[in-house]
Amino acid sequence: MFRLDEEHLELQASFKEFAENEIKPLAKEIDETERFPLESVKKMAEMGMMGLPIPEEYGGSGIDQLGYVLEIEELAKVCATTAIIVSAHTSLCCWPILKFGTEEQKQKYLVPLARGEKLGAFALTEPSAGTDASMQKSTAVLDGDAYVLNGSKIFITNAGAADVFIVFAMTDKEQGTRGISAFIVERDMPGFSMSKPENKMGLRASSTCELIFDNVRIPKENLLGQEGKGFKIAMATLDGGRIGVAAQATGIAQGAIDEAVKYTTERIQFGRRISQFQNTQFTLADMQTKTDAARLLVWRAAAAEQDGQPYTAPAAMAKLFAAETASYVTNRAVQLFGGYGYSKDYPVERMMRDAKVTEIYEGTSEVQKMVISGFMGVK
Amino acid sequence: MKSDYKGIWVFAEQENGKLHQTVLELLAKSKELQKHNGEKITAVLLGADVAALADTLFAYGADAVLLAESEALREYSARPYQKVLTELAEKYKPSIILYGATPLGRDLAPRMMVALDTGLTADAIDLGFDEDGVFYQTTPGYGGKILAHIVILERRPQMATVHPQICEPLEPVNGAKGELLVENLAVEGDAEYEVLETLPAEKSGESLTEAKVVVAGGRGVKNEDDLTMLRELAELLGGQIASSRPLVDNGMLPHDRQIGQSGTTVTPQLMFNIAISGSVQYQLGMQKAKCIVAINQSEDAPIYDIAHIGAVVDYKKLIPALIAEIKARRQ
Amino acid sequence: MKILVFVKQVPDTDDVQLDPKTGNLRRDGVKSMMNPMDANAIEAALQLKEKHGGSVVVVTMGLPMATEVQKKALGMGCDEAFLLSDRPFGGADTLATSYTLAKAAEKIGDFDLLLFGRLATDGDTAQTGPAVAAQLGIPQISLASSIEVRDGWVYCDRDLGDRVQRVRAKLPAVVTVNGGINKPRYATPINIMRAQKKPRTTWTAADLGCDMTKIGTPGSPSSTKKVFEPEKRNTDTQYLTGSPDEMAKALADLLEAEHLL
Repeated sequence: MFRLDEEHLELQASFKEFAENEIKPLAKEIDETERFPLESVKKMAEMGMMGLPIPEEYGGSGIDQLGYVLEIEELAKVCATTAIIVSAHTSLCCWPILKFGTEEQKQKYLVPLARGEKLGAFALTEPSAGTDASMQKSTAVLDGDAYVLNGSKIFITNAGAADVFIVFAMTDKEQGTRGISAFIVERDMPGFSMSKPENKMGLRASSTCELIFDNVRIPKENLLGQEGKGFKIAMATLDGGRIGVAAQATGIAQGAIDEAVKYTTERIQFGRRISQFQNTQFTLADMQTKTDAARLLVWRAAAAEQDGQPYTAPAAMAKLFAAETASYVTNRAVQLFGGYGYSKDYPVERMMRDAKVTEIYEGTSEVQKMVISGFMGVK
Repeated sequence: MKSDYKGIWVFAEQENGKLHQTVLELLAKSKELQKHNGEKITAVLLGADVAALADTLFAYGADAVLLAESEALREYSARPYQKVLTELAEKYKPSIILYGATPLGRDLAPRMMVALDTGLTADAIDLGFDEDGVFYQTTPGYGGKILAHIVILERRPQMATVHPQICEPLEPVNGAKGELLVENLAVEGDAEYEVLETLPAEKSGESLTEAKVVVAGGRGVKNEDDLTMLRELAELLGGQIASSRPLVDNGMLPHDRQIGQSGTTVTPQLMFNIAISGSVQYQLGMQKAKCIVAINQSEDAPIYDIAHIGAVVDYKKLIPALIAEIKARRQ
Repeated sequence: MKILVFVKQVPDTDDVQLDPKTGNLRRDGVKSMMNPMDANAIEAALQLKEKHGGSVVVVTMGLPMATEVQKKALGMGCDEAFLLSDRPFGGADTLATSYTLAKAAEKIGDFDLLLFGRLATDGDTAQTGPAVAAQLGIPQISLASSIEVRDGWVYCDRDLGDRVQRVRAKLPAVVTVNGGINKPRYATPINIMRAQKKPRTTWTAADLGCDMTKIGTPGSPSSTKKVFEPEKRNTDTQYLTGSPDEMAKALADLLEAEHLL
């Protein structure tokens, strides 16, 4: 558990090589232009990286959760946007279909998603249902052989490029969270539209949009799981999603450390390399220690999920700690770079912007603390 | 016995009856070696209808020409050449055999190493005798950060392929005569190897060797945008784009754009070296440029050892400024 | 068709550093990688296998840590890997190396094609491929920028710099490939998992039945007598100073003075 075995080391080396050669060269450009990197999705699909933990029979690579978090970390080290594209697609769209979908739904949706031929997204958040996801205003009313979906969703990662959306809506308002259901919605269903992507601080190319549903008729067979089980599905999905975000945050932190080590061991100030100053050494030591701790939490959560153990609390801890670490580490990295760190010519400023959202999305740090303290019996 | 081996051989590479330029350079280098060991310089000429080249070889310094002609040798093919050269070397026992480090030389020489069970130094950039009187070949090692003297102490002949253009041919002595040794050896063509056709190479730009201005990029050039910046500068100066090895290895530029020991040698008036550290191998390909400009963020990059003008700065900041400056001055 | 690909582990040249005191190469902490052109050779072999069937066997000579490149080769899709690793192999020059590799090829047997990268980035000799061909007495095609197999012959374009030569050689033959011949594939996650079950064998000198006088240091006619730093030729470099804009102006002035603009 505390070190990777041979095959995971090989997987890690392969992800690293791919990320360095194929993903890193685009990171700066897509951040600046907010262009969704479709070509990267295609390359990752060819590698089998768009459905890594999905079984081979459903179009995936059949790799375990530990392998999956290694993938997300290596991508995030060079481009946090690409990491979240994969994580949102895999953890938040492929996974709930694998877990709760019917065989027909798996064949129709999961197989092309896991192969990377189609891209997935997850739509839970609404203007008035953010941290408190139970306040869903979207509604789905059964009308003959279809549910009629109305409402809107905001901050939906991958939206501009996605083909398949997991959408949550109230099927029975009286029941509260037990009245929420989950649906598989296709992009081209009539009445489904979306806004332009949000102009965000970080993860600028992940095409985050608002979705609008205007009398969208969803075939009955696209109900995911049972009616009224939507909230459970959402919460279970987010547990796994948080492991992905925690891996992403760990990768952002490690990427910033790698850049800072390179920079400080090369740049000369006052006749010495910056790395010869004790302040630099101590700062980097703190950064790496925290990042290693975050990584171990991520691995623990991934292993718990893999082994069928409860992983809600481990996932929340991993996300809480990794996200705060990413913000701390990238902030220190910019400081070590000095004026250059504040310039877009070096990647650490982008990493600092990208890091912040890991404390916010898929459950804010405050939500993670609620989850963790709840498990501790502190109520 | 080592002492049974005497004489310096130069493999007189020819194609279609035309000697390769390196042969003349090797004859000049052999003269330097001869000053030390006093051994006879023999040019070994294989081919068909090539006897007339013997005079050229004499004129450029060969004491003797060993000629083996056969229809099977008209066009180079590794195994017949290996067979004939092996028989000759076993008969005459030279102490040294030099080959040009050309595509042909580097195809043939390793087979000769095996056939004669001796040592072969690859792509030497210098040859000589050291203070102990030992024949050495100089090669760059470990990315060109160091040079090494390679020696072949016990076995003979001592062989090397030698980098082109490491020395100038001698002034030819027209009408010079030497000993012509003609060997008639039975040799058959290789039934298992065939040259089907030869085509001119598709070039990705004007020839680098003729360029007056060369803008070369190295490892620090990461993507097509960076490269576009370099192209723009090259275009502005009427020059050619080129690179050190990394950009060719990673496929960003074709091999004919590579400068250095395993690429092209350039002699422009103005040579930009951008994000190039400047290994020995690279320097071999551009050190004769008249004005060498180096732009590299690492101030201890070896390129600064030979640069006339240096700028320790991120080229991504300097090049756009330079492009703008040149454009402004031309208006 | 059975294709043997010869793969070498080389230092990642970015990391090579000399010890300023001893002048020796610093080996600690130096990362290793698969010789880049050997990856091209593997890619060429895998493409031939996809077209003609058969198997791709990868052969590596080196330290036990060279298993890293074997694993990568298997992850790319090669079928089987042999590592030639033994203390007596150490110190081999290209003659001893070619003898050892040829012994391994003979022991594996039944090969149709032997592929090499044109050269290795650490030694730069480009001698091993042709030398193995000579050891086995078979034809060779060096500098290949394309490769095809038809009717028992291998067809290649040879990149000779100023021209391209189209040649063919009868199988079995040795081909050394250029870096531009293809873009090597990555080891995909699925292939990495499958590679865990693929056979990996280590052979010693005794396993190969080597003549001990032909391997390692005793089998190597050439040796390094002296290592030294290149002479610095020019210490009067004129350095530009100031902001990039100031540097650009100064540089333009200098070039203009030399009539180079």
